[in-house]
Formats: sequence, structure tokens, C-alpha cells
Amino acid sequence: MSDPSLSGQDLKKTPLYDAHVAAGARMVPFAGYHMPVQYKDGVLKEHLWTREHAGLFDVSHMGQARLRGENPAKSFEKLVSADYQGLKPGKQRYAVLLNDQGGVIDDLMTARPDDDGLFIVVNGACKDNDYRIIAEALKGEATVERLEDRALLALQGPEAAAVLAAHVPEAASMVFMDARALTALGTDAIICRSGYTGEDGYEISVPAAEATRIWNTLLADERVRAIGLGARDSLRLEAGLPLYGHDMDETVSPIEAGMPFAVGKSRREAGDFPGAARILRELAGDLERVRVNLKVLEGAPAREGAEIADVDGNVIGKVTSGGFGPSFGGAIAIGFVPPEFAVIGSTLKVIVRGKAAAAEVVASPFVPTRYVRKI
Amino acid sequence: MKFTKDHEWVEVAGDLATVGITAYAAEQLGDVVFVETPDVGKTVKQGEALAVVESVKAASDVYAPVSGEVVEANGELSDSPETVNALPETGGWFAKIKLSNPGELDALMDRDAYEAFLGTL
Repeated sequence: MSDPSLSGQDLKKTPLYDAHVAAGARMVPFAGYHMPVQYKDGVLKEHLWTREHAGLFDVSHMGQARLRGENPAKSFEKLVSADYQGLKPGKQRYAVLLNDQGGVIDDLMTARPDDDGLFIVVNGACKDNDYRIIAEALKGEATVERLEDRALLALQGPEAAAVLAAHVPEAASMVFMDARALTALGTDAIICRSGYTGEDGYEISVPAAEATRIWNTLLADERVRAIGLGARDSLRLEAGLPLYGHDMDETVSPIEAGMPFAVGKSRREAGDFPGAARILRELAGDLERVRVNLKVLEGAPAREGAEIADVDGNVIGKVTSGGFGPSFGGAIAIGFVPPEFAVIGSTLKVIVRGKAAAAEVVASPFVPTRYVRKI
Repeated sequence: MKFTKDHEWVEVAGDLATVGITAYAAEQLGDVVFVETPDVGKTVKQGEALAVVESVKAASDVYAPVSGEVVEANGELSDSPETVNALPETGGWFAKIKLSNPGELDALMDRDAYEAFLGTL
């Protein structure tokens, strides 16, 4: 049997490395770190546990940074399409870092948890490049401080709110995409009510030295289990959330990727972001390809790289993420096709190991999201 | 029962070899969600891809531990792929192969040698 795991060296460790190993995690190289792909329960059970209870994820490989300056939001808008000058205190907003062609250099979250500039979270595999680009563009206006001494934990699932409220009462009053810097869990924490699973939940930034204590505190609640990156991937796939480097890259625009909300209304009017010409044209409906969600109706899961064909067998696109959706109960995929084929309810084909199988174009998300927008 | 370093097992009765993956391999894979068994009549050479087994996370090839013609595939795995996890070395078999070169079996490991090999991983 072929070995699906990868080998690697010179990998970094998150502050929670020892806790993962002690818990029996299977560690794999990911974004330059030793990361837990699964614990003893395995991907399937970990996925389902998160959908039913609360899953705790170590996402400390991700890049956390502060942008500070006279008007860091205005400066940062040179690189992203989000309206960050309009980002209210206590809120978080998604954005994409764009190249001059309107392709995505990375996707990220930016928050104003306090008065200390902006707090950003970027993808682990992209962070060095991101920080270099941001520092260069903001030179003389704003600074980028990498928060290398902080860990990032994600607590996700329908019981996450009740679990966290027992330790952080303020968390209960937050809604989706709220961000707060506060003294909580015995330390200085930055808590955002968001995540990457489609479930309600929080991402919690804490000092590295406090990470293991807080990890263990949260895990002591019987509703919480440690969840690896394998389930994180299947959870985000079911939630229809694109994964950078797979469903988005420097050739893909946020409009093609089905993320038009990454382009703020005021920014559309101003057209003052990198690649605006292309992105505005695409927003007006002139697209060469669009992201589709596919439900594979027969045969094997269609994974990244599988071709997508029309009913006559003509190749029209490719799968960029795919696999088995444990809560969906079948094989699902994200891919790109010309817009005339992205008709919900229509049937296409996916070609897996030379065999064509029927796949239905379905709406996103595959599994309903459960963000708490009102309390 | 004989074993390969790629964690396949083969059980021979006469000139018929039943093939599957070991308990160790099934545990490493995690929950199996899909199995692609070979078509009956297919001829395989030792070491060639014979079947595909998929977990939530990844697809892995299963290699033919012996050469020959596939005479039966385990059809139950299409409806119940989890049998590979539950009964990896019995009910979770993948295919039966009519041996074309029984001498190949001599190069495979017996249970003790395979267990010793696992100890080195």
C-alpha cells in the first residue's frame, strides 16, 4: 500500500507540540511545522465530534501580526479589496491580499480588537511572503510586527460557546466576526468569534507560554476533544470555504473563487485596489471560470487534480479540493469550470483514475453553516 | 499468510491467492470510506497497483503482492468499505488472484518477519 503521508525536515514546532505528541497525535509536516493531522479518534470521528459538540484545534502555524501606524487600515487597503477603514472597533473582516492581476496572494482575517492598530491572521504557508509584501507596501506609513510569541487555538462546534462562556463570560455576548482583546483565561487574549469549520466558535490568540495550560483547561471540559488538521480540512470543505494554495492562488481572483464579499462596497465604487480592472469586470458578470461545488453521485471521491467534464465528456475544468464529507455523507468537491456550466442542479462528470462519474452542481455550503449572527 | 513491506497480505489455497491490507495498514489509514477493487479478468504483475483504498483524507494504492489473474473481487466493500477497518485480515479482503508465478511467494515475509519489520518503522 502506498504511503499517503509526507516526510519533512527542519520543521518548526508550535507551543503545543508536546501536548499533541502526548495525546497520541499523528504529526505531519504542514506549512513548515510539525502539525497534528489526527489524534487517536481519527479524522472521521473528529469531524463528527466537532459538528456535534466542540473541537479544539491548534492553528498556531498561522501568522499573527499587528499593523501599526497613523492609519494602518488606509495603508493596508493598498493591498487588499476589503473596506478596512470602515472596519468598526470590535469587529473582524475577511480579505484577500491581491497581486496586480487581481490574483490572490493569500487570504486573511483582519480585526480591530482594541486601539492597538490592526490584528491580522494569515496562512502559515504564506506568512513570510505576506509580511515581506505588506512591510514593503506600508513602508513609511505603518509597521508590521510579527507576533511570534503567540499561539492560536480554535474552539469550534455547537457547544463551543457554552464551553468558552464558563471561562470567559464576555465571549457569550459576542456575535459572528466580533473581536475582543481582553484579560481572559488568566492571560491577555484576543478572541474572535469565527473559524474555518462552518460551525459557531472562536479563535483564541494567547501568549505561547500560556498555550499548553489553556489547551488543557479547555480540553478538561468533556464536551471538548482535540481535533487534527485532517478534520479541519473536511469540515471547511463541507462549509464550502476555499483553501488557499488549492482553491485559490495567484491566478485565481476572489470573484472566480466565489468570495465576492472579499471586495468591499466602497472599494468597488472607488476601484482602488490591485487588479481592480479584472475584478470589477468579473463582478459585472464577465468571467472565464467560476468555482462550483460538486456532489459526486457515484464511484470514488474526486480529489484535487481530477478533471471535470461536461456530459459529453469534454474536459471543462479541474477539481481543486475534494474528498469525503463525513457529515454530508458522501463525496464532495470544489472545482473551477466556465460559468455556463455552473448551473445548480445540472450534472457534470468528474474523471477519477480514468473513469468518468456523474457529479451534480450544488449550492454552497454543502452542510449548513451555523454562525451566530444575533444573540 | 504472507506479507509485503507495503502492508499487503496474501493467503494462498492451491493456486488461488486472497489479498488484502494488514491490520497495521488499516489502522494507519484510518476510517476507510471508499474501496476500488479490480475488475475480474484483469491480469496484474507483482508490485503493480491492484486496488485503491480511500480514507477521508487520502487515496492510497494497494499493490498486487503476487502476479496473476483477478478471478474475484470483494463486492461487499463497495457498500461497506468500513469492513477494511473492522476485519482487515479476513472479511476486508480485496481480491482473489489465480497465481501465475507461485515462486514469488518465497520472497514475501511470514508473520514473524512482518511483525519484526513493523518494529523497525
